Amino acid sequence: MMQSAADMPVWAAIAVAFFLLVGSGLALIGAIGFLRLPTFYERIHAPTLGTSWGIGGIMLASMIFFTVSSGRLVFHEILIGIFVTVTTPITFMLLARAALHRDRAEGNGNVPDKPNRSQPAREFLGESDPRRG
Amino acid sequence: MMLPYPLLTLSLVLMWLLLNGFTPGHLVLGILVAVFASWAMASLRPDKPQLGKWYLLPKLFGIVLYDIVKSNIAVALIILKAGRRSHNPGFLTVELDIENHTAIAVLAVVLTSTPGSAWLEYDSNDKTVLLHILDLDNEAEWRNTIKNRYEKLLMEIFA
Repeated sequence: MMQSAADMPVWAAIAVAFFLLVGSGLALIGAIGFLRLPTFYERIHAPTLGTSWGIGGIMLASMIFFTVSSGRLVFHEILIGIFVTVTTPITFMLLARAALHRDRAEGNGNVPDKPNRSQPAREFLGESDPRRG
Repeated sequence: MMLPYPLLTLSLVLMWLLLNGFTPGHLVLGILVAVFASWAMASLRPDKPQLGKWYLLPKLFGIVLYDIVKSNIAVALIILKAGRRSHNPGFLTVELDIENHTAIAVLAVVLTSTPGSAWLEYDSNDKTVLLHILDLDNEAEWRNTIKNRYEKLLMEIFA
């Protein structure tokens, strides 16, 4: 039976509010970090707040709210969590590897070289770098 | 073979029932979809993951959930104090002993979903992975976490 949100028991309302605030707070902090952190490699860490406990908190809040208000176990939100967790590394690696490739090709920043490829120091490479252009 | 990927088939049936609600009709339809999907998967011929001590999976799951909570708090604090540059970001190369593709994929998911560490690239020639760590104050401790906390467990799970 469907109730309105105002009819929820207090313990459920507190739990839902707590998880919603934790989740959305983490997503907000992640967004702030995305704006404020100085380098690209530091910035890729910020959105993971939103994709780990950010999504986790909102997911738990939704599961508790709909389970209590509809009177039956609702937990298909867990699929959102699973798919977000499993798919974010793909985007992250793609972005990070693109950035690594660009920084290595342009020789900017102190980016580590490709492993297993002994290279002379960047300063002496100049235009002869085979990976350039 | 009738069911080339029993675990995949089972998870697909469960997912179907979660999305559509449990009714006998949906159970039959879900099983049909899952069986045909696993046949399609078999024709792609991926490497079949070898599960060893699969009962350690919940332990890994618990450890990872706990670490994600801890690192969420740590990274949130770093971001809120970002104006003062109190953290020390850096790259870290770690030599891996695991070779199983599924285990490496799981490790990548774990390290990426833990805020504060990002998996940049894996080199299958010399089996090293390049990570970026948001707060690399204690390099030995990060190595120790990855090698002993995650990798050892993964090697037991994917024997």
